[in-house]
Amino acid sequence: MAANNDSIGRTVTVTLLLCLVCSIIVSAAAVLLKDTQLKNKDLDRKKNILAAAKIDYQGKDVDALFNEKIIAKHVDLKTGKYVEKPSGYKDAKRAAKEPSLSTELTREQDIASIKRTANVMPVYLVNKDDALEKVILPVHGYGLWSTLYGFLALENDLNTVVGFGFYSHAETPGLGGEVDNPKWKALWPGKKIYAEGSMEPKIGLVKGTVVPGAPNAEFKIDALSGATLTSDGVTKLVQFWMGGNGFANFLTNLKAGES
Amino acid sequence: MSETRDLIVKPIIANNPIALQILGVCSALAVTTNLKTAVVMTLAVMAVTAFSSMFVSLIRNHMPSAVRIICQMTIIASLVIVVDQILKAVAYDTSKQLSVFVGLIITNCIVMGRAEAFAMKNPPLPSFLDGLGNGVGYGAVLLFVGFIRELFGAGTLFGIEILPLVTNDGWYMSNGLLLLPPSAFFIIGLGIWLIRAYDPSQVEKPDFVICKNSKKEAV
Repeated sequence: MAANNDSIGRTVTVTLLLCLVCSIIVSAAAVLLKDTQLKNKDLDRKKNILAAAKIDYQGKDVDALFNEKIIAKHVDLKTGKYVEKPSGYKDAKRAAKEPSLSTELTREQDIASIKRTANVMPVYLVNKDDALEKVILPVHGYGLWSTLYGFLALENDLNTVVGFGFYSHAETPGLGGEVDNPKWKALWPGKKIYAEGSMEPKIGLVKGTVVPGAPNAEFKIDALSGATLTSDGVTKLVQFWMGGNGFANFLTNLKAGES
Repeated sequence: MSETRDLIVKPIIANNPIALQILGVCSALAVTTNLKTAVVMTLAVMAVTAFSSMFVSLIRNHMPSAVRIICQMTIIASLVIVVDQILKAVAYDTSKQLSVFVGLIITNCIVMGRAEAFAMKNPPLPSFLDGLGNGVGYGAVLLFVGFIRELFGAGTLFGIEILPLVTNDGWYMSNGLLLLPPSAFFIIGLGIWLIRAYDPSQVEKPDFVICKNSKKEAV
């Protein structure tokens, strides 16, 4: 019996059968666990929104807390006004691929290397006593290996950073992956996006520790060592989303008290 | 009975996959910065080595020897994907921390080493136990390294503060090196030294012995 194992027919049959069984097991696992995984992903997104807004969710029911504190709305990037969610719009990631729901960016516009943006983006607001307290904006852009997805939260002056963090990326662990390092994320709160009276984003990552009190220190964040391309990507994606093709129109409207 | 026991107990000290066979060191460096990831990784590797050895052993008599390695890989890879999917479903945060390393269990030499060295020649049940034992042996080193790194690197165990850090108004100045991968090399090296001091039979014979100097003037 063992001698026959090496015949061509036998080899093909055994490998085919093995592959078939393995693929059934793998796809069964993927299909059966999909619901729980999606739920986890959604929960993780909500946790990241809360974390960017510096709302403590430890030991609390994240879903309930999210529904209580956060108001989710949709914004048309061109006009900067609130709109209803367009029909066929599932999430920003999928809408960016749909020609009818998105805009292609020209080379000069596309500093974050994302090719297309959805026309309508979700925004998240935190109110306190019916007045705006914080606004949380989704941002994404290309780093070294992957697109980084994150949330940037601003104070109600719409200029000061409350918190910043990524919830999905595949940068090199230990180098670009340090965007997840709490110490690095702690450098962001208090920084300013725009210079006084301008809507051109000035914020960016620079090499070397940023000494408080140095000129323009409020626009500078220490870049990640050993991760020049990821750091550049982060600068560009923040500048893109805070700029004219991103949320600048919305922020201008919001500042004027209307939307 | 004692043979079955040997299969599980031996790989912990006497035939440890990391300390004696020097397999799977790469992932041992990466996932031992804290105990929680070390424990999850241990469980994942235990499950994969045990079940892959069992399945390889089940079909060992039907496996064409020309393609046996790729057949083993198929089984191992499928199991790793299943484990990865389960982790994403039940322990999402930890699976995010482990990131690529769960996927890299496929290339962990322990899994393949046990499949090729043991499961191809033994019946399913002993193979299962052998895989389990080697997973435990791998885990023992992981926990040992993870314990030292987390306790002295971050002052915590499983995220619970043990040594209050200076930065949190405590007295303990943490050792940042322990949170970086190279420190695991030192700790694994010290661990191997400890094991070999306890069990000198593991010390390899030197490949060659340097002759005594015969000429006086060279001294």
